[in-house]
Amino acid sequence: MARVLLFGRLADQAGWRERSVEAGSLASLRQALAAADPDLAEALGGPGVQVAIDKAIVRGEATLAAATEVAFLPPMSGG
Amino acid sequence: MTAFPSISLTAHSFEPGVLLTNFCAGRDETGAVASFVGLARAEHGRATVLELEAYPGFTDAAIARFAEEAKARFDLHDYRIVHRIGRIAPGEAIVFVATAAGHRRAAFEACDFLMDWLKSRAPFWKKEHGPDGDRWIEPTAQDRTDAERWD
Repeated sequence: MARVLLFGRLADQAGWRERSVEAGSLASLRQALAAADPDLAEALGGPGVQVAIDKAIVRGEATLAAATEVAFLPPMSGG
Repeated sequence: MTAFPSISLTAHSFEPGVLLTNFCAGRDETGAVASFVGLARAEHGRATVLELEAYPGFTDAAIARFAEEAKARFDLHDYRIVHRIGRIAPGEAIVFVATAAGHRRAAFEACDFLMDWLKSRAPFWKKEHGPDGDRWIEPTAQDRTDAERWD
């Protein structure tokens, strides 16, 4: 199970901030999220949205071990 | 809240004067301490509350990496960064930055450098709650230009 975290406008859009999803890769995680909420999946792939796996930014595809934390980060605002 | 002792993310209001007093204490080789305090603006009634979201463990680590870069670049003796998260009312302090150096120029410049980065590139998500509803805020063109001065 991956622990999925959403931040900023993505959490507002989804209506949740944290959820466990069964997925062995980032691609299968996106598919699982798309099956539940296609609009959210589109937003997660939108411009400027970065992905962090266990708190490190990743680009492209990634495999997910058990208990991996996957965060979707919309463009950052600064403090 | 954070594994970095010089950096705090806090959901509680803080007293900048106390932070500055503590930061200055016990130094006998530091010739200069510069500090900056950012306050939440009411935007002439447009903003009733500011809400700042961080990603604990990610946001503080990113600030720590940048602050260590500033420390090396300006030859700082030390720094202290405190940033509010959660809901912040107008007039409350959002951010406190203090820098300690041998001489004033390095302390001033490092403080300015840290603030430009914190305002434009630090991993926070900011929402303004006002009488006309809520809106997510992104860095202004001026914030980006300020940060680019140091690139």
